[in-house]
Amino acid sequence: MDSFISALTIFVLAIFVGFEVITKVPPTLHTPLMSGSNAISGITLIGAVVSAGAQATLVSTILGFLAVVFATINVVGGFLVTHRMLGMFQKKGEQERRGT
Amino acid sequence: MMDILVNFAYIAAAVLFILGLKGLTHPRTAVRGNLLGAIGMLLAVAVTLLNERILSFEWVLAGLVVGAAVGSVLALRVPMTDMPQMVALLNGFGGLASVMVAGAALIEEQSTRYAIYAASASGIALVQMNVATVLSGFIGSVAFWGSLVAFGKLQGLLQDPPAIAHRQRINAVLLVLALLFGGWLVGMPEQTWLYWMVVLPASALGVLLVIGIGGADMPVVIALLNSYSGLAASATGFVLNNNALIITGALVGASGLILTSIMCRAMNRSLANVLFGRQSPADAAARVDDIYAGRVKSTTADELAMLLEGAGRVVVVPGFGMAVAQAQHAVRDLANLLEARGTQVEFGIHPVAGRMPGHMNVLLAEADIPYDKVKALDEINPTFEQADVAIVIGANDVVNPSARTDPASPIAGMPILDVDKARSVVVIKRSLSPGFTGVPNPLFAADKTLMFFADARKGLQDLVAALKAGGTL
Repeated sequence: MDSFISALTIFVLAIFVGFEVITKVPPTLHTPLMSGSNAISGITLIGAVVSAGAQATLVSTILGFLAVVFATINVVGGFLVTHRMLGMFQKKGEQERRGT
Repeated sequence: MMDILVNFAYIAAAVLFILGLKGLTHPRTAVRGNLLGAIGMLLAVAVTLLNERILSFEWVLAGLVVGAAVGSVLALRVPMTDMPQMVALLNGFGGLASVMVAGAALIEEQSTRYAIYAASASGIALVQMNVATVLSGFIGSVAFWGSLVAFGKLQGLLQDPPAIAHRQRINAVLLVLALLFGGWLVGMPEQTWLYWMVVLPASALGVLLVIGIGGADMPVVIALLNSYSGLAASATGFVLNNNALIITGALVGASGLILTSIMCRAMNRSLANVLFGRQSPADAAARVDDIYAGRVKSTTADELAMLLEGAGRVVVVPGFGMAVAQAQHAVRDLANLLEARGTQVEFGIHPVAGRMPGHMNVLLAEADIPYDKVKALDEINPTFEQADVAIVIGANDVVNPSARTDPASPIAGMPILDVDKARSVVVIKRSLSPGFTGVPNPLFAADKTLMFFADARKGLQDLVAALKAGGTL
């Protein structure tokens, strides 16, 4: 019971942290916000790694392996594509500062 | 002892994720923010490899290598104009991974030889785990299939199907089915096949929810699916009793919900209306002639060049047409040319312009247009009266003044960019065809409006050429 309540508490507080932080993201960065938050939602990867490695049953190992593949695509693809996009924004900022 | 270290590392990872998202609040700190997030992820995965339950690493490493290779190739090759479908696809993969992890955890728990959780867990912990497994399977399946359909539509692989009869009722039946099997699974978790009976109707629901939604409503759907994949990860965290997953999933869930609500407000519609109600412009066809007949003034690149030569301040309003024509570089060329002649150029972006939140901003950034010249709706609207020319590029519904003036219009009350308040308006568009909502646009027939019928990129290139030619005279 205690562990459930503390997990739920963490969940609710994290939602509030999320609202506080993300309402401050300007519209200009909404696409990188989506791809970046998308990448961190690939955190499921750590569950997948355990399932793939624990080898409890054949089915759970296969599921775990596939989950590792998809979650890693999500994580690596998400962070990289976000980095690519943000690089373009930053480049402009630099130019602007130099120009003025 | 090991457990404590691992959990400390997870807390550190969660903190890095929060700091990373905080970095995204400004373009200057955003790259660092994204790196912090990536470091957090690396840390979380690295300490997970120390988990004593991992007996063999071959499948783990194989999965990591394959996933990293595919992810890198996708991320490095995708053109910026295809970013909405890329985000949809990655999002779907995250949802799918959650479905699989929750399923694997259920199977592990039930394979009695490895009753890892059951030994120490109390009754309530088991119920928590089973309920969370059902939620993870349900939300993750909706997120995966919904994202896949969104990807197919954005990529042009899927066409809009004819309206499905009783769509709402089918959705309701699927939901009830998933809930029934889910309840059954919570009561009898040893029947692991029931898990897939939750996944199946949830998958169908994911497809049906998104397949009827298209075009300009896509930003809402993408944001909502983003939130689902986060919530699925959070539910998986409740399955595994892992705080890193719970916190991270909650952050992403909140992020997606905020974007969803911003998008809905920008269209003055409720989420339910976007998901279930398709607006039908009943008398649009009849009114088109009334509105456009004899009033639309078509123009040429040379005429426009003359108009722009005298302009002190120009506001450019891009829409999905700019993305389709890949015209962002041509827009930049025009802006640079005008600025070199002393004209002030700014950009006004509607929140739902394009196919995902921030779509236009990314394209303009790709074309080296400084982000501080790119203004949001609230910022740019009060300044249209001081604009000599507003140039609308491939946008329609978001500049339709009938949202302000005609209470009977399907888009009545939607916040629009007030381009009609500029001294003159130039619309670069291929034809008079209506936008996504099917509503005719009185702006095109206004006295101050000139229509330049062209593909956005071709038209802008002609305009740049005309301006240059004019300058040398």
